[in-house]
Amino acid sequence: MRKIAIYGKGGIGKSTTTQNTVAGLAEMGKRVMVVGCDPKADSTRLLLGGLAQRSVLDTLREEGEDVDLEDIRKEGFGGTLCVESGGPEPGVGCAGRGIITSINMLEQLGAYEDDEELDYVFYDVLGDVVCGGFAMPIREGKAREIYIVCSGEMMAMYAANNICKGVRKFAESGGVRVGGLICNSRNVDNEEAMIREFAKRLGTQMIYFLPRDNMVQRAEINRKTVIDYAPDCEQAAHYRNLAKNIDENDLFVIPTPLDTDQLESLLMEYGILN
Amino acid sequence: MSKSRIPTAPAVDPEEFVEELVRRYPAKVAKKRRRHILVRDPSEPQSIEANVRTVPGIITQRGCCYAGCKGVVIGPIGDMVHITHGPIGCGYYSWLTRRNLFRPRADGANFLHYCFSTDMQEEDIIFGGEKKLREAIREAVELFRPKAVSVHATCPVGLIGDDVQAVAREMEEELGVPVLAFHCEGYKGVSQSAGHHIANNNLFKAAVGRDDLEPSSPFAVNILGEYNIGGDAWEIERVLERCGIRVWAVFSGNGSIDDIRRAHTAQLNLVMCHRSINYMAEMMEKAYGIPWVKVNFIGVRAMAKSLRKIVAYFEDPDLSERVERVIADEVERAERDLAPYRERLAGKTVVLFVGGSRAHHYQDLFRDLGMRTIAAGYEFAHRDDYEGRHILPTLKMDADSRNIEELKVGPHPEKYRPRLPAERAEELRRAGLIDHYEGMLPDMEPGSLVIDDISHLELEMLIKRYRPDLVCSGIKDKYVIEKFGVPSKQLHNYDYRGPYAGFRGAVNFARDIDSMIHSPVWKLVRPPWEKEPCLRAELTA
Repeated sequence: MRKIAIYGKGGIGKSTTTQNTVAGLAEMGKRVMVVGCDPKADSTRLLLGGLAQRSVLDTLREEGEDVDLEDIRKEGFGGTLCVESGGPEPGVGCAGRGIITSINMLEQLGAYEDDEELDYVFYDVLGDVVCGGFAMPIREGKAREIYIVCSGEMMAMYAANNICKGVRKFAESGGVRVGGLICNSRNVDNEEAMIREFAKRLGTQMIYFLPRDNMVQRAEINRKTVIDYAPDCEQAAHYRNLAKNIDENDLFVIPTPLDTDQLESLLMEYGILN
Repeated sequence: MSKSRIPTAPAVDPEEFVEELVRRYPAKVAKKRRRHILVRDPSEPQSIEANVRTVPGIITQRGCCYAGCKGVVIGPIGDMVHITHGPIGCGYYSWLTRRNLFRPRADGANFLHYCFSTDMQEEDIIFGGEKKLREAIREAVELFRPKAVSVHATCPVGLIGDDVQAVAREMEEELGVPVLAFHCEGYKGVSQSAGHHIANNNLFKAAVGRDDLEPSSPFAVNILGEYNIGGDAWEIERVLERCGIRVWAVFSGNGSIDDIRRAHTAQLNLVMCHRSINYMAEMMEKAYGIPWVKVNFIGVRAMAKSLRKIVAYFEDPDLSERVERVIADEVERAERDLAPYRERLAGKTVVLFVGGSRAHHYQDLFRDLGMRTIAAGYEFAHRDDYEGRHILPTLKMDADSRNIEELKVGPHPEKYRPRLPAERAEELRRAGLIDHYEGMLPDMEPGSLVIDDISHLELEMLIKRYRPDLVCSGIKDKYVIEKFGVPSKQLHNYDYRGPYAGFRGAVNFARDIDSMIHSPVWKLVRPPWEKEPCLRAELTA
């Protein structure tokens, strides 16, 4: 079973990318579980065809200790297993702690046991690595591979670099590795070359360059992944390629984060060339 | 072969001892700790480091901000319900541990023996604890009908950002009962001292000045920083009332929120524990015009001296005469009762490492008993408690103290009433009678040791080298001290005894100290490995 966490700057398209990739893997016949680690509980919407999921934390709150795996895990597109950890309203409580509780709960309920015959677990994690709770998936070997979604925009790269710092910290103790950057294009000048170089300097690879396509938006409005909504379109093929690249990936590294000066000079180099 | 466990006090060179002490530390720690230790030398002004971060791992005596706020200043108010907002441990383990006693007033309200906590669970941490806090306040008010409620935030509450102030305002409105919320998360500041300040601030903002009832006596005083441990406040009050001095409010031993609300109409504030309550004294002077006098009611002569300070402030011949009569009578009785103990205790040595005032206050009582304080220090005091308030303008504000709110207080638009004409106030200030505290150092013997925030190692070495007859500190070190065969008196909770304040308290103290020091038990404290070897070995061919 491969355990994968997807990180990246808020709004970069982590959930969309995760679900489309998972749909691609499901098509390949893989058995995949997706664990949404975002209090908004919208990490599995496209696989489930809507926000149809009761979150682990809500269930825990309502049912007390008497919770079954079936109460918190739903089957979505292509037999994918969908879980939302859930969490508090914005500005209240501690969402990080919620993720810790929720992942522990899943473990206790046997969601990761061999008889589940999982090929993949995907953790879709909110925003940056803001506190210990959000680092939970990369601690203690909960996730072994990290993919970072980014674009050629400064802040997205900055966030990606920061995430690498977090990963590096846990890599030594937890054995987590970075599998690559996924460039979710924002049509920034020279984007592909820049992210390829950025990935190289981080000691990893750009595992795929996803072009920008409005089909993603249309599929989202219909509560579907692109692979589900328009299986024959070009973007669906891109997601399938990404899924294939991840499935075949064998480059797992401890990243070498850049300092701010290095990061800015990279931007200058590639951003000003045009 | 048996050797004596600890050598009896040799003549120790204090300077050498200090060097020997800090030599045991890594260089950086040694440099830090050295600044917290001095050998008293009255021939020059001395300065000591205090109120800074403890070196991690050094085993400090200090407590946390929550302990200072709820445990020390607010907790003793008996007719309020004090709710600890957090997981159950903080509330449970601070439950009545300081033995601050309370006698209910006419309404019979007394909630001191209860322990209220929101008992936060994991779910409350994740989803926020405000809802549970609201329920707790509502439940407490419905069940107990207290005159006011306090809410004390613990560490996790600060981490998850529960807005306890907003909940307090909301519940105050809903229930019509004042709710005072304190952001006293344990991690704030460097010791419990931060909690004292936070408690002072909110008590001043939300309670003092709310009820304008005037005292009928012209000699109405508040006692600040007296927490009625083992009944101290009652003995002080007995003597003051005998003198015709009216105790108008006590902050906060045997305290009632009603008294505190009207405290601003008193004539004078008496400050016992300067460290924990000087903020209140200063704010009340600025806002309401009440000067303060530093007193010490611990010890026979100190008590008499403090009464005479009050007389000097009021300048009333009748009061003066009455006070002198009371002093003569009380001192005579106390001296008579103390005499046999003094005979047995004279010349004994003591070290005091406790509090932010007690390590100073009790030196007077030991002097009454003919005992010598050979080393002393505070847990959480600031430099002014050692060196005197004149150094205040030179105190550096560091990041830790800046984190604690300093209220900007000016004269109250309607209620500011200077108790003394400006000239007279100035005169008393110059004479050091009002608004003044000279600190512990001037009272320390030349050559004695002063150690701030003493570490476990330092205390151990001190006991081994100086072999004091008594150590006064707290529960954290009590049993370690006793394992050395040295009696230990807790000056936080008095080891279930007291009162020790005032004239009669002094006699109680002498009796307890005598029985401790002269108990035969200390000669029996010898671990088995000192009687026979634990390891045996034989040479084999």
